[in-house]
Amino acid sequence: MKDDGYSKNEIMIAASARTLGGELICFVGVGLPNIVCNLAQRTVAPELQLVYEAGVFGARPARLPLSIGDPTLVSGSTAVTSMFELFAFYLQAGLIDAAFLGGAQIDRFGNLNTTVIGDYGTPKVRLPGSGGACEIAIHARRILVIMRQAQRSFVERLDFRTSPGHSGDPEHDRARGWSGSGPTSVVTDLGTYGFDEATGEMTLLTLHPGVTMDDVRSNTGWAPNVSPDLGETSRPTEEELRIIRQELDPRGTHTA
Amino acid sequence: MHDAVAELVHDGDTVAIEGFTHLICFAAGHEIIRQRKRDLTLARLTPDVIYDQMIGAGVARKLVFSWLGNPGVGSLHAVRRRIEHADPAPLEIEEYSHFGMVCRYVAGASNLPFFPIRSYYESDIPEVNRNIVPMRSPYEDGTEVYVVPPLRPDVTIVHAQRATVGGDTQIWGLLGCQKEAAFAAERVIVVCEEVVDEATVRRDPNRTVIPGVVVDAVVEQPFACHPSYAQGYYDRDNAFYLEWEQISKDPVALEAWLQEWVHDLATHEDYREKMGAARWDALRPGEQLSGQVNYGDYA
Repeated sequence: MKDDGYSKNEIMIAASARTLGGELICFVGVGLPNIVCNLAQRTVAPELQLVYEAGVFGARPARLPLSIGDPTLVSGSTAVTSMFELFAFYLQAGLIDAAFLGGAQIDRFGNLNTTVIGDYGTPKVRLPGSGGACEIAIHARRILVIMRQAQRSFVERLDFRTSPGHSGDPEHDRARGWSGSGPTSVVTDLGTYGFDEATGEMTLLTLHPGVTMDDVRSNTGWAPNVSPDLGETSRPTEEELRIIRQELDPRGTHTA
Repeated sequence: MHDAVAELVHDGDTVAIEGFTHLICFAAGHEIIRQRKRDLTLARLTPDVIYDQMIGAGVARKLVFSWLGNPGVGSLHAVRRRIEHADPAPLEIEEYSHFGMVCRYVAGASNLPFFPIRSYYESDIPEVNRNIVPMRSPYEDGTEVYVVPPLRPDVTIVHAQRATVGGDTQIWGLLGCQKEAAFAAERVIVVCEEVVDEATVRRDPNRTVIPGVVVDAVVEQPFACHPSYAQGYYDRDNAFYLEWEQISKDPVALEAWLQEWVHDLATHEDYREKMGAARWDALRPGEQLSGQVNYGDYA
């Protein structure tokens, strides 16, 4: 908790939730994305349907899910599907409006590595791998990234590309014919980013209160692109903090 | 359980214990460890703590998977030691995405030579797994897809809430890809919370996921999924998943755990007793009954 009354994770959650305004169908992960989506459902996106890769559509979790396959996701949901149906009929067919991804490494075009640090055959750190991320990155209409920012995670060159983002050539990206348009937003503990339509490059849109450009530069593995209209991220509101602390994460597991 | 594993799981087999977070049959994994099976190829979307235990115990030479972690907690350190440091022995790996793994079972269950999906585009995954192959649609639009090969386990083990002695199996809650993995397999072991009579199944046939015709053995073993869960029967024991992070990090602690909780116990009944009533009571969910539907009587 900082002096200004909220934690790094809380401003990340609040800023991410606001990017979901008006969205209808969102693929959710555990941890922060789960809190983000539940906050959005209670604030900017009341119609939001929560979809979990475990095979749940329209979840109404009564407690904070402890894993991506928590039984609370099933009880009271709209539909439970096989994983084949979920990935084939919902995701691959293009029904998912937005999805959250994260990773150990991201590059300036929003490509993500969740597979390995070091060489694949002789890994320094073996990471979990794709899970559903590779196909989610391709098919969800837009990808929202939420992750902490540091030199080792915001890298010039990925050790392994698990999930594709933008290629750096927007013409190529448009010709891909994917239902997804790739990452559209990245929220870190330092600021929020969009992606430049002309170059596909991550662009700093707002700095969180108290964060400087030096902080951003020293935690980015490339010279960051900055919006000419660089602004300040809105602080979490009283209502957002109340929902996070009292309803979504009362034990402060993810937010303290 | 002893007899099913002894008769149906052989050294060198490809074994799939499926269940996505839900209904992971830990008791079957423990029995495979106890019988000191060797050189298995273990397949699962999410290897989870169960395969960390089995791989730590030395039953496997290869792992086929799509997401390697302790869900919601951290890493599978026994698996990582073998991949990162060949400690105490190398582990061959073959990895896909979730959709790729699911479709491998679909191909296996459907008697197809491969299955096409729209995934892996511009990803490095096909670079490190040559079984994932790009292919153009033979039809007009020539769309590029990637194909994955069928996965046909020698043995698939699934856990269910209930089954008949004949193997007709009913599951509710998360379904994962147990149906696909069972139909794809040469041999199938169903472990269940309760064996029920045939009339119970016939009253609600929509809930049947696997028919007895593809099942080779049925084992009634309540609480066999711990620390995973069975919807409506017991909750996930998240504390155990957290504890495992520490145990798994330390090869000595892992060895001691396997000795105490697997080798020194003859059956899962002993495990259940040793775990203690208080722990089980804390995992019991409240009641939320489904409504009833009218299937109709057409006599």
